[in-house]
Amino acid sequence: MDTATHIEVRNLTMAYGDHVVQHDLNFTVDKGDIFVIMGGNGCGKSTLMRSLIGLQRPTEGTVFYQGVDFWNVDPDQHERLKRRLGIMFQGGAMWSSLTLAENVALPLSEYTDLSPRLIDEIVSFKLALVGLAGFEGFYPAELSGGMKKRAGLARAMALDPDILIIDEPSSGLDPLTARRLDNLIVELRESLGTTIVLITHELASILGIGNNSVFLDSETHTMIATGNPKEAIHSGDPRVRHFLTRGEA
Amino acid sequence: MPTDKNKQRWHLETNQIDANILEVSFSGRWCLDQDLPSPDLLTSEMDGSINRLTFRTELSSWDSGFLAYLSCLIKFSAERGIHTDQGGLPEGVRDLLTLATAVPEQKIAGRQHVKRSMLFRAGSAAIRFFHGAPEMLSFLGQIVFSFGRLISGRTRLRWSDLWWEIEEVGPRALLIVSVISFLVGLILAYLGADQLRMVGAQIFIADLVAIGMVREVGALMTGIIIAGRTGSAFAAKLGTMQVNEEIDAFRTLGISPIDFLVLPRILALMLMVPLLTLYSGFVGMLAGLLISTSIFDIGMFEYYHETLNALELKHFMVGLTKGSVYGAMVAYAGCLRGMQCGRSAEAVGEAATSAVVTSILLITISASILTILFYQLGI
Repeated sequence: MDTATHIEVRNLTMAYGDHVVQHDLNFTVDKGDIFVIMGGNGCGKSTLMRSLIGLQRPTEGTVFYQGVDFWNVDPDQHERLKRRLGIMFQGGAMWSSLTLAENVALPLSEYTDLSPRLIDEIVSFKLALVGLAGFEGFYPAELSGGMKKRAGLARAMALDPDILIIDEPSSGLDPLTARRLDNLIVELRESLGTTIVLITHELASILGIGNNSVFLDSETHTMIATGNPKEAIHSGDPRVRHFLTRGEA
Repeated sequence: MPTDKNKQRWHLETNQIDANILEVSFSGRWCLDQDLPSPDLLTSEMDGSINRLTFRTELSSWDSGFLAYLSCLIKFSAERGIHTDQGGLPEGVRDLLTLATAVPEQKIAGRQHVKRSMLFRAGSAAIRFFHGAPEMLSFLGQIVFSFGRLISGRTRLRWSDLWWEIEEVGPRALLIVSVISFLVGLILAYLGADQLRMVGAQIFIADLVAIGMVREVGALMTGIIIAGRTGSAFAAKLGTMQVNEEIDAFRTLGISPIDFLVLPRILALMLMVPLLTLYSGFVGMLAGLLISTSIFDIGMFEYYHETLNALELKHFMVGLTKGSVYGAMVAYAGCLRGMQCGRSAEAVGEAATSAVVTSILLITISASILTILFYQLGI
């Protein structure tokens, strides 16, 4: 396997009982990519995400992270691999009984030997990165949907993961905040070399920051295109062009 | 970023370039998986003469640990009017620091959660309770009006919902009611046998179990079981609907959520709890019969006839009345707490807990009132 390849999805099939959501998925994500998983509603993007992050075992096939078979390693290594992933769920999934600071600090206090003082600083810095400086003492219930989402990103970034998997980052955000979040994603890639996987159907994010992608089709239940989304808009599969141009091409 | 973390550790040096300028040099590996120093070590070295801070870096790798350290240093300097020159920092670090300061800190947000004394919290709880009383009465009034609309045929009650609720709160609760009632009947029989044996009147176990179960204990135990099983479920279901804005959707369409959601639940419990109470009494008597015949040598027919002699219609009426009232109390408390639920997952849990506590409180109060009332009426 190429050392630059961070994620390899090989022959992946996901199903609920007899209902096959997606089958025969094969694609790779290189280190430092901003990789977009896109497709229409109900095509299986979130199911694919669940298989990528260890929440749902695929029916067939597997996922490799830097050459390690995620679904066929011993449980300890599986857990260690999971710790190298940062996950931002669609609604933020903040733990409601903890403040924002406690939410972001929990992975740091669990998995590092840092002093509480430095953990506090890291928490404040991560919250500042997502535009939530000063909201440390707030509980998730006191925040708007967009703020919860940004706090979820701060928590996902807590351990500086190698790979950041982000579900619908910009949906429900105002255009300026969405743009700021996109800039942050690019900056994380540039500065820390983080590999980013975005699950989205927001065209502004797909075309603005994505440099590689896979398109999942809900009719054939498989992938129909991979590559740079900016190129796909002109020369890709007609169904992908149709999607990327909002049905105008 | 796979690197050999043991290859290089973090290194920190300070160098006073002149009387007012301090240069901080960072080298090695500044990552989260290391035991990084506390920023306080450095800030304590910065005396009042320093008015400018510069940086020099020879980093093998860095991550948020380094950024947080720097961020703290820069914040500390800013508070003391010390100028920081970030020219010596890597470009990526500067970019992320800029991004972190792009949105100013929300001062209003930096509030503290103050710990209150027990007395303060008890007082606040009492004030909340009295403020909540009008809301409870208002909810009761809405239910009464909803019943009025049902009787006059103007309600939006969906009968399929009512049947579904009846099945949910009645037949599906039979197993747990059976187990608890059997065990309570058994306890009553043993309790009675122990005392009655002393005066050679063990046959009166039948009277004790029959009257106790039919008149009081059956209704009480069924009420408590239903409070835990169904009242909490009502609160959780309605609370989740509140979180999902389903109840708001009813209101915006001009549909009364009381008619649509609360009324079927109240009717279902008012109809089913008396039946479950009767069933509970029967199972309790069965337990008494089994214990009396197998352990205390009382004949089966003897026990049966004594039970028939002991029971009167009024005992059934008392039990059924109590069952109906307890059912209504549980339904009221469950629906009230569900409709009052906040808009978070935590609030749903609180609503379910509060529903059970309120139900049991209301059952106890109404049991006391009814017992005194029936005594005064000679029933």
